[in-house]
Amino acid sequence: MFVTSAFAQESAPAVEGGHAGTEGETHSGTGVPAEAHGMFPPFDPATFPSQLLWLAITFGLFYLFLKKVVMPRVGGIIDVRNDRITQDLDHAARLKGEADAAVAAYEQELAEAKTKANAIGQQANDAAKAEAEAARKKVEAALDQKLGEAEARISSIKANAMKEVGTIAEDTASAIVEALVGGKASKAEIAAAVKSVAR
Amino acid sequence: MAADKVDPIHQFNIVKLIPINIGGYDLSFTNSALFMVATVAVASAFLYLTTSSRSLVPTRLQSVAEMAYEFVGNMLRDAAGTQGMKFFPFVFSLFMFVLVANLLGLFPYFFTVTSHIIVTFGLAALVIGTVVVYGFMKHGLGFLKLFVPHGVPIYLLPLVVLIEVISFVSRPVSLSVRLFANMLAGHITLKVFSGFVVSLSALGTLGIAGSVLPLAMAVALTALELLVAFLQAYVFAVLTCMYLNDALHPGH
Repeated sequence: MFVTSAFAQESAPAVEGGHAGTEGETHSGTGVPAEAHGMFPPFDPATFPSQLLWLAITFGLFYLFLKKVVMPRVGGIIDVRNDRITQDLDHAARLKGEADAAVAAYEQELAEAKTKANAIGQQANDAAKAEAEAARKKVEAALDQKLGEAEARISSIKANAMKEVGTIAEDTASAIVEALVGGKASKAEIAAAVKSVAR
Repeated sequence: MAADKVDPIHQFNIVKLIPINIGGYDLSFTNSALFMVATVAVASAFLYLTTSSRSLVPTRLQSVAEMAYEFVGNMLRDAAGTQGMKFFPFVFSLFMFVLVANLLGLFPYFFTVTSHIIVTFGLAALVIGTVVVYGFMKHGLGFLKLFVPHGVPIYLLPLVVLIEVISFVSRPVSLSVRLFANMLAGHITLKVFSGFVVSLSALGTLGIAGSVLPLAMAVALTALELLVAFLQAYVFAVLTCMYLNDALHPGH
């Protein structure tokens, strides 16, 4: 076959026939193609024991190494990182909670201060109003009093004036009578006449 | 000798580096074993060194290691629930082993461990063996309920059970052949197109001009193979998770 002849050329004194079972012994030199069967190499059963043995050895060691050394390490790295991330997230959440609480407290204080300010303002306003009212009342009372006094004075003056009107009229009448008639009228007559006219 | 250079099968040859023969079995340290060791060494060193600083804020490489870890962890948790997490080291080692083996195989002149069916079958048998052993240990004979789905009419039951048994038995085969065939086919195709480049360039100026086409193809295929390397490791791990779920919850 094709493969076989190629091999035969490479490994010069290759035995063409009779190398079915005693392959290992015939080619003991290194670097010499061992399986010069007329066979597709992956299907050559003569290589099976060696490949299986070395597969078992290498894969077994690989499995042990990964299981004992590599995987705990990589798993540890990932766990530590995840823990760290959870921790950081918790920390962030806690800080956020604190910030929220601070904002809420601030807002509450602000609201309280506002109501207090309003109350103080209201109080001041009321006090000012009351004061103004009292002042106004005082002024009004004073004015009323003055008005009363003035009215009383006016009425007394008026009364006096009225009282004097009769006397003046009597004097005037007696003077007129004296000038017109030339005689003197009695005081009583004149008073009666004035009274009847004033009526 | 040109034919030897472009032989696409040559890359799958097993070469003995240190011959060992015990009890009539050939257990030599071969190039395949060397690359298994390399796979394990590269994967272990990567996971170990990138995480050695244990940074809280990961470096790029550390986050790659962490991503792989969490990726497989989520995959397993989704498929098999929290109970399945006891298999996390197993699934993670499988995923990393297959992934790194696939990726290493993409380097020119490197041997691809997963292109040998006995290797993929060994891994698949390990998975199914774990499922069977754990299933019987955990549920005893109740594990056999896996083959008897709920709500099936009694007259259909024998047929359904037969189908379930066949599907269960074919699992290690499909699991191993899928990975093996993907890697094998991809590497053969790559080699064939790269071989065209070599053969054409040998034909002179016109040949060199003509070899641009297969070269572009080889580049594109390399990108595709990179995708396949990831994808097959993922598929292998996902199917492992689903089979482990059967071991944990056989009643569906």
